Amino acid sequence: MDKILRVNMTDLTTSVETAPIEWAGLGGRALTSTIVAKEVEPTCHPLGPYNKLVFAPGLLSGTAASNSGRLSAGAKSPLTGGIKESNVGGTAAQMFARLGIQALIIEGMPTTDNWYSLVLDKNGVTLQEERGLLGLGNFAVVEAIQSLLGKKTGVICIGPAGEKLLTAANMSVKDPSGKLRSHGRGGLGAVMGSKRIKFIAIDDEGAPGITIADPEKFKAASRIFTKAMMDHPVSGQGLPTYGTNILVNILNEAGGLPTRNFTDGQFEGHDLISGETMHDTIVARGGKPRHGCHAGCVIQCSQVYNDKDGNYLTSGFEYETIWGFGANCCIKDLDDIAMADSIMDDIGIDSIETAVAFGVAMEAGILPFGDGKEVVRILRDEIGKGTPLGRIIGSGAGSVGRTYSMTKVPVVKNQGIPAYDPRSVKGIGITYCTSPMGADHTAGYTIATNILNVGGQVDPLKKDGQVELSRNLQIATAAIDSTGMCIFIAFPALDIPECLPALIDMLNARYGAELTGDDVVSLGKNILKTERNFNLAAGLTSAHDRLPEFFKTNPVAPHQAVWDFTDEEIDAFWNF
Amino acid sequence: MRKSTPSGISSVDSITITIKLFAHFRNGRFKEEKYELPPSTDCRTVILSLGFRLGEMGIVMVNGEHASLDQLLQEGNTLALFPLVGGG
Repeated sequence: MDKILRVNMTDLTTSVETAPIEWAGLGGRALTSTIVAKEVEPTCHPLGPYNKLVFAPGLLSGTAASNSGRLSAGAKSPLTGGIKESNVGGTAAQMFARLGIQALIIEGMPTTDNWYSLVLDKNGVTLQEERGLLGLGNFAVVEAIQSLLGKKTGVICIGPAGEKLLTAANMSVKDPSGKLRSHGRGGLGAVMGSKRIKFIAIDDEGAPGITIADPEKFKAASRIFTKAMMDHPVSGQGLPTYGTNILVNILNEAGGLPTRNFTDGQFEGHDLISGETMHDTIVARGGKPRHGCHAGCVIQCSQVYNDKDGNYLTSGFEYETIWGFGANCCIKDLDDIAMADSIMDDIGIDSIETAVAFGVAMEAGILPFGDGKEVVRILRDEIGKGTPLGRIIGSGAGSVGRTYSMTKVPVVKNQGIPAYDPRSVKGIGITYCTSPMGADHTAGYTIATNILNVGGQVDPLKKDGQVELSRNLQIATAAIDSTGMCIFIAFPALDIPECLPALIDMLNARYGAELTGDDVVSLGKNILKTERNFNLAAGLTSAHDRLPEFFKTNPVAPHQAVWDFTDEEIDAFWNF
Repeated sequence: MRKSTPSGISSVDSITITIKLFAHFRNGRFKEEKYELPPSTDCRTVILSLGFRLGEMGIVMVNGEHASLDQLLQEGNTLALFPLVGGG
């Protein structure tokens, strides 16, 4: 797996390169961040010709390792102005790997108004002008490509939000059921739109496939790894049964469920939108409580959620989306939220950023809190069509806040703060502040240890130990994001001693390498430093590693907690 | 430990607490109930009385804060019990 495909959209040329030696042993986030840091001028306009969009499968993608099918995408983010890596399930990562593609780099920008598509196959990459699918939603795009090029074709595409360069736009990736998964957060869909690429189709017919250096060792390590995943109560039982939405009631109980645009920590309608209620609703309507986002996933935290009549409504219906439109926007009808989720998949917009933007819009008086029907209308008729209001909301929470002169705008580095209140779950506040990605819970998921008692217990309401917890998790996560593994492998990895060594054994068996645990930690540290240095050069300094000031001044019920870290305490994060 | 009746008046030698159960802990049990307990009852005793094994307990919260099994319950406390679950 050492082919680098390069597409230049300015002169409309493509090439296949051999990866330079310093990229050997890099995959996923390690590789996308290394390439962006090396090849993208940090001060460039993220939607201009000097930004580059990079895709890389994880180091273990395409192998039989459980949960290894994540694809990383990287660029300078038009939302944060800093570096971005976003990873996703679906079928694309494994196809990239089987085709021997270590990375796809898209650079430049067309000099005309024409749109294009790319086809990746065993011969490399082909660039074609695209007309027919412009303006269409993601579901129609996937359907059209499947009927044109075959059911098995992999797809990465943008919907209307990406075409209109909205800074909350996603890139969407086809999953094994022909539905969609999202490269969320940070507006990479707008970067793809700026390159004027509507879709990338992937055909892995006749692909060389994966070579494992030591198949026996790989098989043995893979067995141990999969057993750890199945044995841990979170990955083996909790997530498969209830999905991620089990968190609604937990965070509500802990007073960390941001409610009414981060005004309260508990939502009176929590039970109506909870994972328990959702599970029972899915079962009663003949949906599927379990569903994997990629082949080889043993956790299956996704689901198929049907409407009242038993027809498919949405899948990949996550806690963060349900929190965002539920507690944060005070919508109590799960069907309204599911409809919003489906529309966001179709127009290709980030469900966290959009939900946080709606919370600010509601506080600004654009629409009432709790009005799910109006949310659905705005998504479809304003954001989906790119009206002025749609562009304001579809460009994220910061955009709404600036336009309406709001002071209560929950963002860090202009990226919307997700589903855990940093005043009452303090570790995650450190992650929001310091992650080079902007406010991103997945970058160092302290909820595991602050709330869920995984990997020990650090009191969420006290400052003690939070910086160290966030640092250790962010280092580990940067490394895991490079393997193609789903971040949920961290639950067993934090608690079951055999899990992480088995992961390292798989890497060594795959590549004939001799990595140790220390090497993996060094990899994680190097990735974070590389990303941080890019941000510093782009103008994002320690002054941007801060929460908005209302978290310091407005206590959140029921614990009356405030954000009370000093700047020095936050900056100590980078002492490694 | 007994279920508190709506009209029941707590005697001086008992306290009333609210117990909330989540995820599969609700199966065959309940979602939320008020219980009367002798004063100085700890979380462990309540958990065992409800037929749980201590090993299946993921998160124990009293009034929204993580609690140890030894924590003594006070009049009016809310005890929330979760299995080991997660998301993100």
